[in-house]
Amino acid sequence: MSSREKILSAIRSSQPAFRELPALPTGQPAAPQELAERFSKVLEAIGGAVYFVPGFDAVAKILKELHPGAKRIVSDCPELAALAERPSGEEDPHSFEDIDVTVLRAQFGVAENGACWITEERMIERAVPFICQHLALVIDKKDIVPSMHEAYDRIAGEVYGFGTFIAGPSKTADIEQSLVLGAHGPRSMVAFVLDMDAQDAGFY
Amino acid sequence: MRIGLFVPCYVDQFYPQVGIATLELLEKAGCEVVYPARQTCCGQPMANSGFEHLTKGCNELFISNFHEFDYIVSPSGSCVLHIKDHLHDPAREADALNVRGKIYELVEFMTDVLKIEKLDARFPHKVSIHQSCHGQRGLKLAQMTELMAPPFSKPVQLLNLVEGIELIGLDRPDECCGFGGTFCVAEEAVSVKMGKDRVADHLKHGTEYITAADMSCLMHLEGILHRQKSKVQVRHIAEILNSRE
Amino acid sequence: MHEKTKDHAALADQFNKDEPRVDWHDETLWWVRQKRDKAAHQVPDWEVLRNTASGIKDNVLSNLGAYLEKFEEQARNNGVTVHWAADATEHNQIIHSLLQRHGVDKMVKSKSMLTEECHLNEYLKEQGIEVIDTDLGERVVQLAGEPPSHIVLPCIHKKKEEIGEIFHEHLGTPAGNADPQFLTHAARLHLREKFLTRRVALTGVNFAIAQTGEFVVCTNEGNADMGAHLADVHIACMGIEKIIPERKHLGVFLRLLTRSATGQPITTYSSHFRKPRAGQEMHIVIVDNGRSIQLGRKDFRNSLKCIRCAACMNTCPVYRRSGGHSYHTAVAGPIGSILAPNLDMKKYADLPFASTLCGSCSNVCPVKIDIHEQLYKWRQVIVQEGNAPVAKTAAMQAMDFVLSHPSVYRTAGKTGRWFLHNAPFTVNNGLNAWYKQRDMPAAPQKSFGEWYKKNRKG
Repeated sequence: MSSREKILSAIRSSQPAFRELPALPTGQPAAPQELAERFSKVLEAIGGAVYFVPGFDAVAKILKELHPGAKRIVSDCPELAALAERPSGEEDPHSFEDIDVTVLRAQFGVAENGACWITEERMIERAVPFICQHLALVIDKKDIVPSMHEAYDRIAGEVYGFGTFIAGPSKTADIEQSLVLGAHGPRSMVAFVLDMDAQDAGFY
Repeated sequence: MRIGLFVPCYVDQFYPQVGIATLELLEKAGCEVVYPARQTCCGQPMANSGFEHLTKGCNELFISNFHEFDYIVSPSGSCVLHIKDHLHDPAREADALNVRGKIYELVEFMTDVLKIEKLDARFPHKVSIHQSCHGQRGLKLAQMTELMAPPFSKPVQLLNLVEGIELIGLDRPDECCGFGGTFCVAEEAVSVKMGKDRVADHLKHGTEYITAADMSCLMHLEGILHRQKSKVQVRHIAEILNSRE
Repeated sequence: MHEKTKDHAALADQFNKDEPRVDWHDETLWWVRQKRDKAAHQVPDWEVLRNTASGIKDNVLSNLGAYLEKFEEQARNNGVTVHWAADATEHNQIIHSLLQRHGVDKMVKSKSMLTEECHLNEYLKEQGIEVIDTDLGERVVQLAGEPPSHIVLPCIHKKKEEIGEIFHEHLGTPAGNADPQFLTHAARLHLREKFLTRRVALTGVNFAIAQTGEFVVCTNEGNADMGAHLADVHIACMGIEKIIPERKHLGVFLRLLTRSATGQPITTYSSHFRKPRAGQEMHIVIVDNGRSIQLGRKDFRNSLKCIRCAACMNTCPVYRRSGGHSYHTAVAGPIGSILAPNLDMKKYADLPFASTLCGSCSNVCPVKIDIHEQLYKWRQVIVQEGNAPVAKTAAMQAMDFVLSHPSVYRTAGKTGRWFLHNAPFTVNNGLNAWYKQRDMPAAPQKSFGEWYKKNRKG
């Protein structure tokens, strides 16, 4: 008997009588403005930064101010063509090793934990959001859900090869519980929340 | 209301005043209290050591001593929890079930059954509470800090009825003292360290008396206080509730 | 039980020789427990979530065979190769053969307690393969030649000065530099080179979804992603109990996991791997290693609900004061103490006794495992199966005799005398261990029984 059969047969003879799945709770629905504020507060508390901006011009302007010395900026956003190169994604992932700043369009944000959901179609290449020194994700203000329950409602049927929730910069507290930003991945992470009502390049 | 008083073995032998205070408190509340003379131990020391199968004799004895009373009351959360969770007798399972259902720890008996709202007690001292784990987490005498639920405390509810008492808070209100039955000698180093840390928390907040609903925790803490030559004393909650200082 | 040279009590005794260090260890982990409390308080339906998570896991355990087959089918459809390992040896051999097939003798590995349980690193080292642990804490203990002492915070027992010395020796950082920021940056540079040059990456699995065949890996550092996305071959290892039915159930578990673990609202990365990227190979190794036996143990199967958050360790007053290594097993603390006896009851017979049964572990557990009740039950099983010391058994039988016979109990000696030598909680250890750092109360004039006889009946 193969290990597969051995394991499955052992499980079948050991598993208890069938138990139904419980109903799932829901998050706390709220107005977009309140969700955006919650998202922003939580993300800042876990080491990220949040900018409410009216459009990509403001994104470009802020990124230039944040990373004046950046040599390699990549993005899949056509609106940032003047600022960033737009690789095809066919490249060897190792070739992204020298990216200073990555700007990507995430699908949505989650208010309760400051995370943004992004799938590989929007990553250029899977390694890109992780290997860069700094990461910026752009979401629409209307695309912030209250909790992870609504997040999974949204992606329940989505087909992807790889997707991830990203909440803040890469970090560690392994040395005496001292929080250090920039473990292996990005040393900083900003979320740009597109908001038509936001003042041009507003920092709030 | 006829009450069978169960006095745990180590209380019987080392802390008779706790048994006396318990008896007097119940009598003052108008209960008819009987102490069955043939009682010994709840069996927990053996069961917690993995020898539950050797508690047969203790169980039979406990059932025959106590099954006839309306309620069984004991000044020990730990012993009461053991009886509630583990008292069985294949020959008298109905009686065992009955005993498990009507045994109460003293504090919960006073708050939940007697519904005591007044006490003729005075204890003008700074007192801090040690939440014994089996009483707190097992019998739910007080809310547990791990749970996201509304706070309550039956010991505090009763102590607040005592004139002159000043209750002192702690940094860690419900951390275990490290007694743990045989753990106290089998894991001596950790047990003592846990006890020393508990004592330090109480001392740091300027207590005069450490109280609890379990004498076993207090015996352990008292042993440490005494070794440290501290002036701080331990008092079972029954002694404070029955005090007229 | 054969008295081992070092059981939990002996190792804990050793750990307690340095009291300030015990204080530091206790305070550090208590701080993590407090962060957990704060995070949980911010979720209004926390207790409902715990119930739900526990309920989902009940369903999983009751239907595990079907879920695993579904997962395997979906994963294969996704282009992933699925392997089954009955035990640790087979798991290690599967990984070795994959490395051999690719002619690779170096790989990076992100955190996987399963590979610790299987002693993969030691096995591969014997085969001439170099494994680099890429989680910072795991890299620290790997360089120190130690196992992790905590499943979420692997080097929590190490002071920054000690880590500075380890890095000075192995990574060439300046002697005496113990700044966490500096040391982390040094590790970043050191490990980035490894990520960029290794062709095989191994990761653990936090959750595997039967419905879609995908698996989720959670890290703060991003080391699982750095390894997996840069490697030609990604191997993910999971115990059979990592399965959950549908993607939507992640909503429950991801809300609970990191809040329980470190008090963060979520890990920085919660990566969902469904298909290998173009040109990449992806393998999943599904491991039993005793889990199906545990599934059959009615009283202990709930331990398989564990999502490895370590909240039970952080809250455990014994763990905080004895250190992870005192448990001499891959998964330390309360949960480890109910998992380990299933793997080797003789070797781990001491662990269920390394607890006061205070119950704090069960209260913080996000999937509501009745940990302290299982500790009690394991004690019974260990004794019943003949793993208790002979002297202890004899002492227990003697105590049973006295306590079962009221007349013997009453006449065993003058008040207090019998007790001073035979207090039930001291059993065969005697009172020496009590007196080492504590006093006993003085025996009173009369026992309560004697007082009662005189004052109430007469």
